[in-house]
Amino acid sequence: MTALSGYLRSDGRKGIRNHVVVVYLVECAHHVAREIQYPFREQGVHLIGFPGCYPNAYAQRMLKRLCTHPNVGGVLLVSLGCEAFDRHDLHAAITATGRPLRLVGIQAAGGTRRTIAEGRTFVEETLATLAATPRVPMRIDELVVGTVCGGSDATSGLTANPAIGRAFDFLVEAGAATIFEETGELIGLEAMMAERAETVPLGHEIVACMEKTARYYATLGHASFAPGNADGGLTTIEEKSLGAYAKSGQSRIAGLIKPGDIPPRGGLYLLDVIPDGEVRFGFPNINDNAEIAELMACGSHIILFSTGRGSVVGSAIAPVVKVCANPDTFRRMADDMDVDAGRILSGSATLDTVGREIFDLVQGVAGGAPTRSEDLGHQEFILTYKTFEPIGPACLPAH
Amino acid sequence: MNETGAGTLLLLHPGDNVAMATRDLPAGLEVQIAGARINLVKTTPTGHKVAVRSIAAGSRILKYAVPIGSATCDIAPGDYVHTHNMKSDYIPTYTLEAGHRFAEETRS
Repeated sequence: MTALSGYLRSDGRKGIRNHVVVVYLVECAHHVAREIQYPFREQGVHLIGFPGCYPNAYAQRMLKRLCTHPNVGGVLLVSLGCEAFDRHDLHAAITATGRPLRLVGIQAAGGTRRTIAEGRTFVEETLATLAATPRVPMRIDELVVGTVCGGSDATSGLTANPAIGRAFDFLVEAGAATIFEETGELIGLEAMMAERAETVPLGHEIVACMEKTARYYATLGHASFAPGNADGGLTTIEEKSLGAYAKSGQSRIAGLIKPGDIPPRGGLYLLDVIPDGEVRFGFPNINDNAEIAELMACGSHIILFSTGRGSVVGSAIAPVVKVCANPDTFRRMADDMDVDAGRILSGSATLDTVGREIFDLVQGVAGGAPTRSEDLGHQEFILTYKTFEPIGPACLPAH
Repeated sequence: MNETGAGTLLLLHPGDNVAMATRDLPAGLEVQIAGARINLVKTTPTGHKVAVRSIAAGSRILKYAVPIGSATCDIAPGDYVHTHNMKSDYIPTYTLEAGHRFAEETRS
């Protein structure tokens, strides 16, 4: 077992990476931000941002959480200057944490070339500063681990997802916080999840959340189901949901959170990703990275990503561990995969063995070992418009 | 001839009426599973479903001991089970074939 260590942040949380994020605050600043970041992409400098020019409380909260994520050591905000995003509010929130921070405005700095030069200078200085950050001992119960599935097929729910469920059980036993989500892919399971809730009022909140989810997708006329899912042998959203649900393991559900809520203690949490209120802004999460961004905004240090068809994505900020469900896919795309869970189908490994392997790997990655997607340079990120109401008082466990 | 389904089909719960191929299986393969002897009607890719008993039109398809949808026609033991003979009880499944049909129908 690898000894865990992390970077201590001013809020008491510890990071397992010490990244610098370059953040565009509107699409108009995206190119300049990317030019600043690109030369440093292999030195832990990642690009994130929000493309919209109109204000959105969700996006504001998401970027605040992401810029103060424990895996982030320094921040460069890149503004055009006329967008509606509240850069002052974001700047103040990051300043309060004591991280190295700079806000550059393209209009104020005198255009593209000058802003890129100013931004790169800040990144160089910040990398030098961060190189001296000490690593301090860290415990498993200080970890937050999220899970998502992408490119699912009929093997996902037989191998990788239940193996992640086992790893989640081991993590919860060790005191870590774990988060599962994709509520759009838990349709039909509301009664089972309510029974697993630590309290009866939390169970009611989960049922209400799932009723909202079913309404939302019925209005859209389309479930969270891609053509590749059917090619891979999944026939209905219920069948896909049951497979997705297996990622949650066997623990009691400690809380129901929304994007940006950070688990107050260890245990298993369900993340509600379906917007509140009337249907607007389209599909809740337009792809897997939108879900990963929300898991990170809830403090996830690491993402366990189950795939059957073969997804290759990683993420900015949090290492993504790829657990491959399908043995044929693993043979075809081994370079992209961290764990071969398809061995379970041939009988050469058990769910427990692979679950333990994932648990050990999480600790290795937390100790600094790069995942395949990190090695390959994957740093995908997306953030779009959404609307959420705050969670109710029954949603969080007592401290 | 396989007596238990091991190495060919995986039955997740004794009450289920479908089992999943644990590898690509050829049409005509005979498998002993869930107390019955069935012959695979179609080539069945890894993870895809096969009926292990008769399922009447309109009745539930059970996997993980949970309904995953309903039969849209009578299904015989050994039949391949997918979008052509079952449907969601919640929200219709979108496939690229359906998308192509939509494109054909809406082309002016």
